[in-house]
Amino acid sequence: MKTRNILIAAAAMVSALGIAGLSIGAGIDDPRRADYFKTFEGKTVAFVPVTMGIDLTDGWASVLEAQAKDLGMNFVIRDPHFSADAGAQAITALISEKPDVLIVHNPDIQSYAKLLKRAEEAGIHVIQVNMRSNYNSDAYVGADWIGIGEAETQAIVDRCGAGTSQKIAILQGQPTSGSDSGMMKGAENILAKHPEIKVVANQGADWDATKARTIIATVIQQNPDLCGVVGFWDVMDLGAAAAIKESGKKIALVTSGGGEQMACDNVEKGVFDEEIAYPVLDQGHALAVMVQTVLQSGEPAGKNKFVIYTPALRITKETLHPGMCWSAASIKKN
Amino acid sequence: MNQEKIVFLIAILLFCAFSLFLNGFTSAGNLLTLVRGVSTLGILGVGMAILIIGRGIDLAIVAIYAMSVGWTLHLANGGISVPLAMLIGYLFALSAGVVNGVLIAYVEVPALFATLGMASFVYGFARYALVPLYVVYMPESASGIAWIGSGFAFGVPVPILLFALVSLLGFAFLRFTKPGRFIYAMGDNFAAARMSGAPVRPMIILQYAISATIAYLAGLVTATAVASMNTNIASSSMIYDVILVVVLGGIGLSGGRGGVRNVVVGTLLIGILLNGMTIMDIQYTLQDVIRSLVLLIAIVIDSIVNPRDEQTAQQGDI
Repeated sequence: MKTRNILIAAAAMVSALGIAGLSIGAGIDDPRRADYFKTFEGKTVAFVPVTMGIDLTDGWASVLEAQAKDLGMNFVIRDPHFSADAGAQAITALISEKPDVLIVHNPDIQSYAKLLKRAEEAGIHVIQVNMRSNYNSDAYVGADWIGIGEAETQAIVDRCGAGTSQKIAILQGQPTSGSDSGMMKGAENILAKHPEIKVVANQGADWDATKARTIIATVIQQNPDLCGVVGFWDVMDLGAAAAIKESGKKIALVTSGGGEQMACDNVEKGVFDEEIAYPVLDQGHALAVMVQTVLQSGEPAGKNKFVIYTPALRITKETLHPGMCWSAASIKKN
Repeated sequence: MNQEKIVFLIAILLFCAFSLFLNGFTSAGNLLTLVRGVSTLGILGVGMAILIIGRGIDLAIVAIYAMSVGWTLHLANGGISVPLAMLIGYLFALSAGVVNGVLIAYVEVPALFATLGMASFVYGFARYALVPLYVVYMPESASGIAWIGSGFAFGVPVPILLFALVSLLGFAFLRFTKPGRFIYAMGDNFAAARMSGAPVRPMIILQYAISATIAYLAGLVTATAVASMNTNIASSSMIYDVILVVVLGGIGLSGGRGGVRNVVVGTLLIGILLNGMTIMDIQYTLQDVIRSLVLLIAIVIDSIVNPRDEQTAQQGDI
C-alpha cells in the first residue's frame, strides 16, 4: 500500500513538472472565451422593480448595471414607483420592445402573472426576483420566504417560551405579496408545532412604518403582556420598534430585510432583537449569474424552471461583526 | 340634522359599541393611542379645511408633507446642522405653497389642477434631485427633535397636543381674525367677497402658505415618531384620507361652511374605526372596505336628510 502511494505521488510529480515545463513562456487560449463575450454583446436586460429608491432594488440594480457594463449589455430600468398599474404598463411596453431578459419584482402574486406568461411567449426570458407571481417563469432568484418565516417565528418562539405570556403579534406588509404569503406559511409551520403560543394579532401595515407604529401600539394596549412581534420587513418595523420603545415594556422584535447597514445599526442598538437577512448584494450577484445562465442556455424562453434561494443571514448581537451589513449609501457612490 | 351631527352620532354609536364589546377599548392608554394614531391626519385635515372653506383644495399637501421633511432628514444625514436642515426643508414646503397660491390667484388656474400638478412636481422633483432614497432615516444628530413625535408632555403624547394646538389656532384664525372671515366670505361667494373689497388674491396665497406650513409640521411629527420618513406616502392614497376627514366631518366642498370642529369629529371617527378594527384583528384590505362604507353611509344619510334643491344645486360641489 505504502509503495503504491509513493509511486502515485512520484508519477504525479513527474507529470506536473512536465506540464509546467510545457507551459513556460506560452499562454493557452481559452476556446470558449470569445463565444462567451459574443453571447452577451449588445443584449438587453430590463428590470421592473416595485420601486427604485429602496435598499433592495438599488442594491440589485447596482450589481446588474456593473455586469451589463462589463459584458457590453444594455441595462434598462422601468420604475413604476409602487404602482402595480404603472408596472403592468411598463411590462406591456417591454414585451413589444423585446429585451432579451426581463427581471421582474412582483408587487403581489396576481398582478403580473398573465403578462409574464405573454413575455415568455414573445421569447423574453423572465427572471423573478424576491417577490414571485403565480406564474412560474424561467427563473426565481430570491429569498426562501418560507424558510425566513420559519426562522423568524422560531426566534420569537425561543424568546417567548414558558414563563412568559406566550402572546405574539404578527406584522405583515401586504398579505397578498409573494414574500408575505411565504413568510406567513413559514410562521404557520412553526406555530403548528407550538400550540402554546397565542397569536393575538395578525395585521398588515402596507410596508409603512407609521401604520406599523399605530397597529403595534394598539396591540400593546390590548395585550400589555405581549411577549414578541414577528415583523415582515425591517424598514416598516422601525415603526413597530417605536411603539415598543414607547410602551417601555420588554417586547422582543424579530424582523427580516435586506441586511443593509440600518439593520446592523438597529440590532446593535437593541431596536431589533434579530434580523433574518437576505443580503441584497448576494442576491444581485445570483441574479447576474442567472442572467448569464438563461442567455447561455440556448433554450427558448419559458423552457427552464430554475430556482435559486439566496442564503439567509442571522443578524443578532452575538453574530454581529464589522462588514456584516452592506451600505446603500456606498453603492450610490460607485 | 346635518352631516357633522350625523358623523358625530355614528362616532358615538361606534364608540359605545366598541366600549361594550371590546375589552380595554376605553382604557386611557388605548384612547391616547387612538387619537395619537390619527393626529397627523387631523393636523393635515385642519390645513385642508382652511382651504376647502375658502372653496380651494390642496392636493399637494401630502406630497409637501413627505418630501420637505424627507429632504430635511436627507440634509441632516449629509452632515448639515439640524436647525438649518429644518429651515431649508420648511422653505421648500413654503415655496411650493406660495407657488400654488400664485398659480391659483394670479394665473387663475383652478385649484384642483394647480395643486394636482404641484403634487406630482414636488414628488417627482424631490425624488429626482433632492431625496434619492425612498425611505430616509433620521440621523443621530436629530435626536434633539425626537420629542416632537415620540415625547410626552403632561402625560399626553406630544402629537396629540400638537393636533390640539393646530386645531385651536385654526379655530381662532377662522373665527376671530379678519383674514379668517374673508376666507368664509370667499368660500360663500367669491365674486361678492371680491367686489366688497376683500384682498382675495393675497388671501389665496396666504391660505396655501398656511397649508404648506401645517404640512411641514405634520411631516416632522411623522418622521420623529418612527425615526424615518417614507416619502412614498406622497404618491399613496393618504391625500384621500385627508380630504375624507374634512368632508366626513361635514365641511362641504362648495365652501363657506364648517370649521375646525368638523375636522376633529371626522378625524375621531376615522380613529375610532381604525383602532376598533385593529383590536378586532380585521385584515387591512377589509378595513379599507369598511372605512369607505362608513363614508358612503354618512354621505347617503346627509343626502336624505338635506335633499338638494334649486339653491344648493347652483352652488355645485367644487
